[in-house]
Amino acid sequence: MKHLITTLALVTAHAAQAGEIWISNEKDDTLSVIDVETLEVTRTIPTGERPRGITFSKDFSRLYICASDSDTVQVMDPATGEVLHELPSGEDPEQFVLHPNDLHLYIANEDDAVTTVVDTETRHVIAQINVGIEPEGMAVSPDGGTVITTSETTNMAHWIDTESQEIYANTLVDSRPRHAEFTHDGGKLWVSSEIGGTITVFETAGQTEIAKIEFEVQGVHPDRVQPVGFDFTEDGKTAFVALGPSNHIAVVNAESYEVEDYILVGRRVWHMAFSPDKTQLFTTNGVSGDVTVIDIARREAIKSIKVGRFPWGAAMRP
Amino acid sequence: MRWMICLGYLMLSGPALAEVSLLIGYLERQEVRPPVLSNLDPFPDDLGVVGATLGVADNQTTGQFLGHDYTLDTVRVAPGEDLKAAAARMLNDTRFLVIDAPAPELLEIADLPEAEGAILFNVSAPDFALRDQDCRGNLFHTIPSAAMRTDALMQFLQHKRWSTPAMVSGPHDEDAALTEALQRSARKFGMEIATSKTWNFDADMRRNAAQEVPLFTQDLGEHDVLLVVDELDDYARYIPYNTWLPRPIAGSEGIVPVAWSRVVEQWGAAQLQSRFTEAAGRGMQSTDYAAWAAVRALGEAVTRTGSDDPATLRAFLLSDEFELAGFKGRAMSFRSWNGQLRQPIPLVTRRALVAQAPLGGFLHQHNEMDTLGIDAPESACTKFED
Repeated sequence: MKHLITTLALVTAHAAQAGEIWISNEKDDTLSVIDVETLEVTRTIPTGERPRGITFSKDFSRLYICASDSDTVQVMDPATGEVLHELPSGEDPEQFVLHPNDLHLYIANEDDAVTTVVDTETRHVIAQINVGIEPEGMAVSPDGGTVITTSETTNMAHWIDTESQEIYANTLVDSRPRHAEFTHDGGKLWVSSEIGGTITVFETAGQTEIAKIEFEVQGVHPDRVQPVGFDFTEDGKTAFVALGPSNHIAVVNAESYEVEDYILVGRRVWHMAFSPDKTQLFTTNGVSGDVTVIDIARREAIKSIKVGRFPWGAAMRP
Repeated sequence: MRWMICLGYLMLSGPALAEVSLLIGYLERQEVRPPVLSNLDPFPDDLGVVGATLGVADNQTTGQFLGHDYTLDTVRVAPGEDLKAAAARMLNDTRFLVIDAPAPELLEIADLPEAEGAILFNVSAPDFALRDQDCRGNLFHTIPSAAMRTDALMQFLQHKRWSTPAMVSGPHDEDAALTEALQRSARKFGMEIATSKTWNFDADMRRNAAQEVPLFTQDLGEHDVLLVVDELDDYARYIPYNTWLPRPIAGSEGIVPVAWSRVVEQWGAAQLQSRFTEAAGRGMQSTDYAAWAAVRALGEAVTRTGSDDPATLRAFLLSDEFELAGFKGRAMSFRSWNGQLRQPIPLVTRRALVAQAPLGGFLHQHNEMDTLGIDAPESACTKFED
């Protein structure tokens, strides 16, 4: 409750702000904070080495940062930018997902073929789960029952039971799976495959594959159309899919699995975050070192914002 | 115990997955290498075999979730000993061999009665003929041909508009093959090598490169770039900055087209590099990469087919469904006309990646990577037509 009050106070204090988008800059060891109202970088905050995955606690009072080359997860006070403490993360944490209980972080240790589960309160590792080679994509089902780790070289989604912290199923996908997300109702799991160039959709209940989405960007060789990060709109009807070095975002109908549109963004588009009011999407463009702002309704890029070198992760703070 | 549990689950939910166990043989012809001028970069003793070992470890990690098991049996044959007999013995135990040997011996092995229906991988021989008239239906190639590498370099020269190269070639057979490949590639991309000379010094260049190289290169005439051919890593390192004209160097020194180098760090390669360096205590080289790719290609075929039957695996390797994520930014696959792994070719200096072929603008009706090396219409290989 205290956190909530702090947050409220903070929001009131910055009444002009309609929220912020936080970006991790992998090759600068910094975070860039973008003001959603002005679409400008308002702060640049130093982090540990090679920051990649970032996510906020449910009340937005804490920011968790995968500092990959520092082999740690940093916990930051987003109001001050101060690193409060570090969490034991296992080696080379790349990406993570916060369990709905707001307590357990599931961390993919890319160099170690392990998923580490850390309790953010006691700051102890509560489990390590052997997964495939180069784990990266992390997702948690809305009911908190299942966590997914995808492994890039093993080409699998590993289904982890959060009660027992053990794998209960492994499903093959196309080459180099990068990202996973459950649909808002938890009924389906989407997994993107960078080299395979596809998204595989699974029925959560039986872990069975029900659809495969393919992409085709005009004037771009299929080899360069590489789906990586993606996210669903609030109504769950549309997915925005980053297509890496093709420099486009695909707009996918999440019911028919048809690609409805492609939006040109910066170079090597990777991850993304929605604005608090869900009218804008912010994509990280690693190679061009900027963030593209997309107007959701018009499905158009409206601005590029220069951030640090190799922007990777994105997270929204209201 | 955990593995058994997850395996149990998988049996219930996955496709039909029987227990599959794959023994892969790694066969190496050890060679007496000629002396070279500098000892700065020793030829690694374990070249290739560490790559295969890493490939098996990668396969095994995937296999443990599927009930697939991989083991590697390594046989290294000393100079002068009988490689063919060793291969025949190994082929009694396994249908899958990864081979580091020169072209004539590769062909002898491929033609053994024991090799019929087996799958063999060439991880070191760059010879044109192995992918052309001398090809064998049981012999795949994960190391790029010399033609793929020289085509990559010529694309780069074209891209830079360095359209008039000159060339200095070493005196060895290996140098002759690469020289020929460079000339062929230059013609393919509409260029002509203006002048060429053979390097035939027997002096110790460590002491007098600054005196000798300017004189040696003075009569090469006008050129944009100097191609240096030195496959044995003997003299080329003494050429840069000593030439008569200030020109970039490419070929075996300067900008070098390779299958792999420790400087490749994009496309997730940093992970493969760090796994390799941890295992080997040195950087990953092209033959290591080719051995890794051969083992991983087999693993990928086993994972996707759930089979260890060589005919099933061969068909899958040559099909459109096969794709290997090789940390070079594009899905790699085998050319159905000669069993060559199609792959991007990094152009590297000792310290960084300069570019990667196929370069933008070099188009192809099917796959841009097929602008590198022998394409289907020009291939004389008929052993894959079945």
